Amino acid sequence: MEHRGLGWPRLPRLLELLAALAVQAVRASAIAAASPDLSLWPMPLSVQTTPRVLHLSPDNFFFGHSSTSKAGPSCSLLQEAFRRYYDYIFGFYKWHHGSADLRVGVELQQLQVSVVLEPECDTFPKISSDESYTLLVKGPVASLTANRVWGVLRGLETFSQLIYQDFYGTFTVNESNIVDSPRFPHRGILIDTSRHFLSIKSIFKTLDAMAFNKFNVLHWHIVDDPSFPYQSITFPGLSEKGSYSSSHVYTPNDVRMVIEYARLRGIRIVPEFDSPGHTQSWGEGQKDLLTPCYNGKDPSGAFGPINPIWNTTYSFLSKFFKEISTVFPDEFIHLGGDEVDFDCWASNPEIQDFMRNKGFGRNFKKLESFYMQVVLDMISAINKSSIVWQEVFDDASKLMPGTVIQVWKVEDYTREQSKVTEAGFPVILSAPWYLDWISYGQDWKKYYAVDPLSFEGSQEQKKLVIGGEACLWGEYVDATNLTPRLWPRASAVGERLWSHKDVRGLEDAYRRLTIHRCRMLRRGIAAEPVFTGYCDHEDRM
Amino acid sequence: MAGSALWFSLLLAAAFAGRATALWPWPQYIQTSEQRYTIFPYTFQFQYHVSSAAQVGCSVLDEAFQRYRDLLFGSVSFHFPQPMGKRHMSEKNSLVILVVTPGCDQFPSLESVENYTLTVNDEQCFLLSETVWGALRGLETFSQLVWRSPEGTFYINKTEIEDFPRFPHRGLLLDTSRHYLPLASILDTLDVMAYNKFNVFHWHLVDDSSFPYESFTFPNLTKKGSYNPATHIYTAQDVKEVIEYARLRGIRVLAEFDTPGHTLSWGPGVPGLLTPCYSGSHPSGTFGPVNPALNNTYEFMSTFFLEISSVFPDFYLHLGGDEVDFTCWKSNPDIQAFMKKKGFGEDFKKLESFYIQTLLDIVSAYGKGYVVWQEVFDNKVKVQPDTVIQIWREEMPVRYTKEMELVTSAGFRALLSAPWYLNHITYGPDWKNIYMVEPLAFEGSPEQKALVIGGEACMWGEYVDSTNLVPRLWPRAGAVAERLWSNKMLTNLDFAYKRLAHFRCELLRRGVQAQPLSVGYCDVEFEQT
Repeated sequence: MEHRGLGWPRLPRLLELLAALAVQAVRASAIAAASPDLSLWPMPLSVQTTPRVLHLSPDNFFFGHSSTSKAGPSCSLLQEAFRRYYDYIFGFYKWHHGSADLRVGVELQQLQVSVVLEPECDTFPKISSDESYTLLVKGPVASLTANRVWGVLRGLETFSQLIYQDFYGTFTVNESNIVDSPRFPHRGILIDTSRHFLSIKSIFKTLDAMAFNKFNVLHWHIVDDPSFPYQSITFPGLSEKGSYSSSHVYTPNDVRMVIEYARLRGIRIVPEFDSPGHTQSWGEGQKDLLTPCYNGKDPSGAFGPINPIWNTTYSFLSKFFKEISTVFPDEFIHLGGDEVDFDCWASNPEIQDFMRNKGFGRNFKKLESFYMQVVLDMISAINKSSIVWQEVFDDASKLMPGTVIQVWKVEDYTREQSKVTEAGFPVILSAPWYLDWISYGQDWKKYYAVDPLSFEGSQEQKKLVIGGEACLWGEYVDATNLTPRLWPRASAVGERLWSHKDVRGLEDAYRRLTIHRCRMLRRGIAAEPVFTGYCDHEDRM
Repeated sequence: MAGSALWFSLLLAAAFAGRATALWPWPQYIQTSEQRYTIFPYTFQFQYHVSSAAQVGCSVLDEAFQRYRDLLFGSVSFHFPQPMGKRHMSEKNSLVILVVTPGCDQFPSLESVENYTLTVNDEQCFLLSETVWGALRGLETFSQLVWRSPEGTFYINKTEIEDFPRFPHRGLLLDTSRHYLPLASILDTLDVMAYNKFNVFHWHLVDDSSFPYESFTFPNLTKKGSYNPATHIYTAQDVKEVIEYARLRGIRVLAEFDTPGHTLSWGPGVPGLLTPCYSGSHPSGTFGPVNPALNNTYEFMSTFFLEISSVFPDFYLHLGGDEVDFTCWKSNPDIQAFMKKKGFGEDFKKLESFYIQTLLDIVSAYGKGYVVWQEVFDNKVKVQPDTVIQIWREEMPVRYTKEMELVTSAGFRALLSAPWYLNHITYGPDWKNIYMVEPLAFEGSPEQKALVIGGEACMWGEYVDSTNLVPRLWPRAGAVAERLWSNKMLTNLDFAYKRLAHFRCELLRRGVQAQPLSVGYCDVEFEQT
């Protein structure tokens, strides 16, 4: 069991003991997984299965709450999940009503769910949310135990993956005992809705597939240079002028729906409002925010990054981020900070004066740092935490402790991880997982082979790696190709971030991933093929 | 072809005329102006000219009118007011079609004439073509010329187009063996092919991985060789449907049954067909290519290709012949004995030649022509002079341009695919490389160049099925389509980008899940179901 990161509450003693045993059981689980019936993805921490099978009848099976559970039917998050998973298990197959004639063996009639602690039914998932669970599958009543609803959601997914149809079409599950918890608490997918707009339907689909892969963070890179689809309540001009069109916009209601849809699946929404670079689209709707670039003595008519020297910039940002902090419930806001181009700043005489006054010399990294520090202070003043791209760390002389650094540059990324963690900052790893970079063949193997802790550093440093994100930037991606480009390639990252570090056998991964991909297809996700072959249920699009 | 100076002036004229930039592929000659005519969806009609050889009852055109009416106005609610009073000069109520040569029920062929002229001016709105196939191409162009103002009014600009394809064989290969493609995926692809003026569907039906073609002579082939004999097959009815659907769009179906390699899926259904591989003096239990040493093999092929020849109406069959692995043949003592008997020595290319020649004789006895992959030529198989050689290898044994030179200097007709393997993907706008390929950029005489009948975009199926086929294919295959249709002078990437980006949005509007070329948006985006 690896505990890492931001010091979330420890598991209660019982689960902890089970988990400790589970580490011992990893070897055993690898063997169990080799049985052709098991196609769990991502692989749980510990799996013990027996050859004893139970049968399920769609007419005579239900999800229920244990009498000792702290959650009951009033927990709509669980009720919704029960309905979804009933559908995932039974809904896509042909089956005959009333034929509860199960030929042999014991029937599984119920999965009884028990939440041990305050369930957190109506809260939002957090970085510290407990996702651990234990699943005991035996007849006639199986049990799923977790500290919080978040663990129940993960356990339901695993339970649904255990069930298969036997040769005669009977729903079947092997008696099993599973103890599971994630290796990293931050397991994200980045989508980019600025370079191409993605409808909320596409985002919902992505959230569905994320839940199937036990991802728990949607990093929503919502705006960038090309367009500003986020409809701000305080500054409606931003999307009015900065979006592609009035139909390429996320209304406050759209955003609420995405957040709630994600919450019901145990997924956090981390919004990114990248600045001071990548902000061309902000300029349209917010006059005097971007830096006017100069051509010699005269403004060239072009604009650069946000102007870091005007007070109006900061009063705008302060109001803007206040809105963001109320719209998005997550503790974290991603502030971007990547790829700031200094040429425009350098051309601008006012900025040159400011640099002189501040004693920055010709070092524009200092100006960038100055800007970021003000914004970071702003965010902490509204009781939020910040995530930034690695440049903010690279270019800063000092940085607010606790700022999470996302490592994205692929060159020497392990060394960057060492440096960042050595300085005591938490890390999210993305560099090896830019899924928009496509190539011919089975590139999932490359993503799968990455170990996020393969950098040089102490135990304490490694604990600062809170997880990773698969990034699907939008230059060449929109609703037409999002799903097949993301899945099942992102699944490789999903398992790497959830499962034990020793789960890395490619052959078994290939076998499970192929079946998992067919499972996603069946559930309506147009996941592309891993390699030559077929699924029983092909895409119905 | 036009003198380049004249042609460029036309190009410029068109580029400034706004709406015509939506055309893909670009026509051979176009003149267009800012003058525009209104089209009212509820009164607009496609009409046969009185002296047209095709009239009502011509299935190809009747159905095309219906399709293009839907494509043009399908989602329009016809609620805005009827135009009152006298018809205006600035309105067009009909496109009049005149086809010169009769024939609505035949199949398109390599020799089909696809020329057309389209005239939209004060006096007429008129499509003239030699054949119905040309009329289909003209209808597509017409549909791309019609545009809609923000207020919802339909317009077409004054335009004069004279158009014909640069190459007669403009193909797209789909591979239904490595992954099964549902019938709907194939039919949808045929639609988009027609939008791009492709005219050959090269159907790589079977391969090592699976045998989805349901043969009525040898039903065991699919029973034992398909992924799932109930669901992952093409029945005779499916095949008929594909052929007819393609015909109605002026598209030929070129069926490929690749032998003697790439045939593992044939084995389970036809015992004794494949070569048993040996490990030392014992069969290893694995199988290699078709066994060329047995008479039974040729009897089987004879019966099988008799069926294929009757099922697929096109004059050409594709017989494959690529990537034959000799190691299994080498290991087999019966084959060794056969080699000795035939005096082939150790040269397995001679054995391959023997097989292919026998097969070609069988197929030509059925009155069919054939296309083969380049190895058949490389391995010096003696083939009939009218054989078409498809060039697919980029660098080996020689660069593909050199191979084009060799094939044509030997007097064979050539089909180019090597630079157009669309299943190979890379990051970024790779359509530009695809677009910039010049099929005749090899050393050779004009006579040699005249032997290049066209090319094919290939979408092999190792990593492609119905989940990702459409976005991987479109609009990238569009780049090939224009290269094969339009004038060779058309190499300006900015001009192509503008039109292709626009065309991609038009594809979205028509319900095709075509992926983006670059950052941006379309008014109508693809809607997730």
